[in-house]
Amino acid sequence: MTNCPQTDGIVPARLDTDQLASNFGDLYPCFDDHEARVAADRCYFCYDAPCITACPTAIDIPLFIRQIQAGQPEAAARTIFDQNIMGAMCARVCPTETLCEGACVREIAEGQPVEIGRLQRYATDALMERNDHPFTRAAPTGKQVAVVGAGPAGLACAHRLALRGHEVVVFDARPKPGGLNEYGIAAYKAAGGIAQAEVDWLLGIGGIRIETGKSLGGEITLEELRKDYDAVFLGMGLAGVNALRAPGEDRDGVRNAVDFIAELRQTTDLSTLPIGRHVVVIGGGMTAVDAAVQSRLLGAEHVSMVYRRDRGAMGASDYELDHAQKEGVKIITNAMPLSVHGNGAVREVEFGYTRSGPTGLEPTGETFRLRADQLFKAIGQRLEGVPEALALEGGKIAVSAEGRTSLPGVWAGGDCAAGGEDLTVTATAQGRDAAEDIHTALTGENT
Amino acid sequence: MANLASTFAGIRSPNPFWLASAPPTDKEYNVVRAFKAGWGGVVWKTLGSEGPPVVNVNGPRYGAIWGADRRLLGLNNIELITDRPLEINLREIKQVKRAWKDRAMVVSLMVPCDEESWKAILKHVEDTEADGVELNFGCPHGMAERGMGSAVGQVPEYIEMVTRWVKQHSRMPCIVKLTPNIADIRKPAEAALKGGADAVSLINTINSITSVNLDDFSPEPMIDGKGTHGGYCGPAVKPIALNMVAEIARNPETADLPISGIGGITTWRDAAEFMALGAGNVQVCTAAMTYGFGIIKELTAGLSLWMDEKGFTATDQVVRRAVPNVTDWQYLNLNYITKARIDQDLCISCGRCFAACEDTSHQAIAMSTDRVFTVKDDECVACNLCVNVCPVENCITMERVAPGALDERTGEVVPAEYGNWTTHPNNPMAKAAE
Repeated sequence: MTNCPQTDGIVPARLDTDQLASNFGDLYPCFDDHEARVAADRCYFCYDAPCITACPTAIDIPLFIRQIQAGQPEAAARTIFDQNIMGAMCARVCPTETLCEGACVREIAEGQPVEIGRLQRYATDALMERNDHPFTRAAPTGKQVAVVGAGPAGLACAHRLALRGHEVVVFDARPKPGGLNEYGIAAYKAAGGIAQAEVDWLLGIGGIRIETGKSLGGEITLEELRKDYDAVFLGMGLAGVNALRAPGEDRDGVRNAVDFIAELRQTTDLSTLPIGRHVVVIGGGMTAVDAAVQSRLLGAEHVSMVYRRDRGAMGASDYELDHAQKEGVKIITNAMPLSVHGNGAVREVEFGYTRSGPTGLEPTGETFRLRADQLFKAIGQRLEGVPEALALEGGKIAVSAEGRTSLPGVWAGGDCAAGGEDLTVTATAQGRDAAEDIHTALTGENT
Repeated sequence: MANLASTFAGIRSPNPFWLASAPPTDKEYNVVRAFKAGWGGVVWKTLGSEGPPVVNVNGPRYGAIWGADRRLLGLNNIELITDRPLEINLREIKQVKRAWKDRAMVVSLMVPCDEESWKAILKHVEDTEADGVELNFGCPHGMAERGMGSAVGQVPEYIEMVTRWVKQHSRMPCIVKLTPNIADIRKPAEAALKGGADAVSLINTINSITSVNLDDFSPEPMIDGKGTHGGYCGPAVKPIALNMVAEIARNPETADLPISGIGGITTWRDAAEFMALGAGNVQVCTAAMTYGFGIIKELTAGLSLWMDEKGFTATDQVVRRAVPNVTDWQYLNLNYITKARIDQDLCISCGRCFAACEDTSHQAIAMSTDRVFTVKDDECVACNLCVNVCPVENCITMERVAPGALDERTGEVVPAEYGNWTTHPNNPMAKAAE
């Protein structure tokens, strides 16, 4: 090993390969049978269970946990996939502490919820390991639907459409399907190639063709899709990244956190991936946490995550923030970037403290500087390249409850659509529900 | 500190905890370990007649039922009586008794149903200077097919006959061990008493198949693709055993017959319950087989502490203390009216009480849109199901409706006086009020 965490600059191999492999292994390994049975036994099988209500896809959680208790994880998985075809990924990335586990009566009673996320993973992994697809398609309808974006929303939509007997073509700008599951989530949450495995397994339904390297407004256009297909679903996510709007933002070493996360996910040998000695991440959401934590895991000596408001306003959950702190990330709140200093490359970032005033966030006048040879921007993404014909709402595509856009025959869901929570699980729910509405629109059948 | 010393059927032991006749008492090695650990006595694993010993299966002898974390809840066995030569057992019994004079040494016996066989074995046991004998009329598997064990215990006349032989040919105290695989446990107890028994012990194990292998379609435990019923024991059988002990204790015919309580005793509390229902002492097996002999420290310390808290100084103050309160259904006070009360501070809103009451009982619990659960007094029959399914201890309780207050379900005022079915107007057999 030539480098160490104290090596200056942005360099690869700060840690040896064994350490890197351990750092990026599964955060929580899958339950074994006995662990699952003990964890499942804690479920009370609540009446009209609050966890179901809290799940954006409304999985019948008490039922699937009872199926684990009864020794049939595959049946439990079927219960999960009935509602959420991305159940394996959601088991890993859902902020369960604010969703199902946050609503669990045992969380409220004793601060220790039933471990629903890990039980879901136990069930879905068991079924996916068998490598058979539990759903059978309905008779062909002769209808063709175009789906833009092979992320959670697009794939969930495509699967449900295929299930109902439609033919689906999914277009994605990236070289691989999966969307943020493949490119936008920390590696330790998606260890073992689960994102691609899930896509492969999902395609087992049949009737879905994926065309990668095709982006909306580039190789394909909405007008053509509307002309060539019976319906169009837009689930292409948010391609644009917000700028800091601080002088010096263009210096070397300043980068979008999403690009860093995507590169890391696509790197097979992590000892080749360079990382700074002093890393600063600006932002307070999940992307910021994933960038900061993974910087530490790659061997960065000092990693700070700086957010302009207080901790309560951060997009990342307490659970994620605690995890970041446990991994050695320093979290600084109420500080906004003023300028990026350096000679060519970034050397320091200057921040000004903030407080909330009567007219919103205001500077206190006090400033400080953080040493940085790498700066990651994670202050949000925005919709880019959206066809002008679509009505927008808050910078995203305006949709009805069923996912209908302002254009006839065009539906949208996931992060690109207004009203979502930018979570895999909400995107999945929106894709699924839009598919059902498309099905009703195309066939007149209600499901 | 409470004195745990016990005298049962004339047999003394430093505490009322004996190891039941079973694998833990099959040889000197185990019994010495038990005595070192602090057990008050043992009933030595059942001896058979002279001659070649029985043989056991060479596949699994036990099957089990577990809770989610593999807590053993029930155990089933198809082991037979001792498969060691009689003379070795007798020699070891004698050695152990000599070395451990303060501990109870009772020898379990099972020989063919003829007087000569019993006479012969009793002579041998007397020579060991053991404190007494226990007649194994209980084992339901294997030996019963050969006309012994529960095959005898299920016929009161045989029990009486064999007990009489034993009392005739021996000066030793005689305990008759009863099988629960019978319709009315009082009959074999009465027969034992008639035959001259000094005590009864119960329950022996219950006929059982623990599970079925759904791949091989064989009962478990499985021996080469086949299974046979075994004897069930452990925590799961305790309620059955408690009732049978109480039935004998409150039967006027057998009220004075000492009872050694057996059946799923796992903690001091179980022992105290058996004793309160009439057991003069208790025998333990499954708990020791699950956790080892070390549990005796919890059993003795726990019983002693509880007795101190209650102000009991000797075990005989505990024995039979609950017997007067065991009665027939017909004498239960129908004017004792309670209603379920849900403590909203403790309630975690799981809704199990609602599901149970709404789906399977009396529709007496209301659920609000914000998951607050309340009891409808005009529907609640006080069945207690909500209490039993509630996962939070003391969250739901049964509160008595005071005499003179209105029972909203019946629309009637709760009577102050005791009233039971025997005098109830709906009872066609009701006796006229006097």
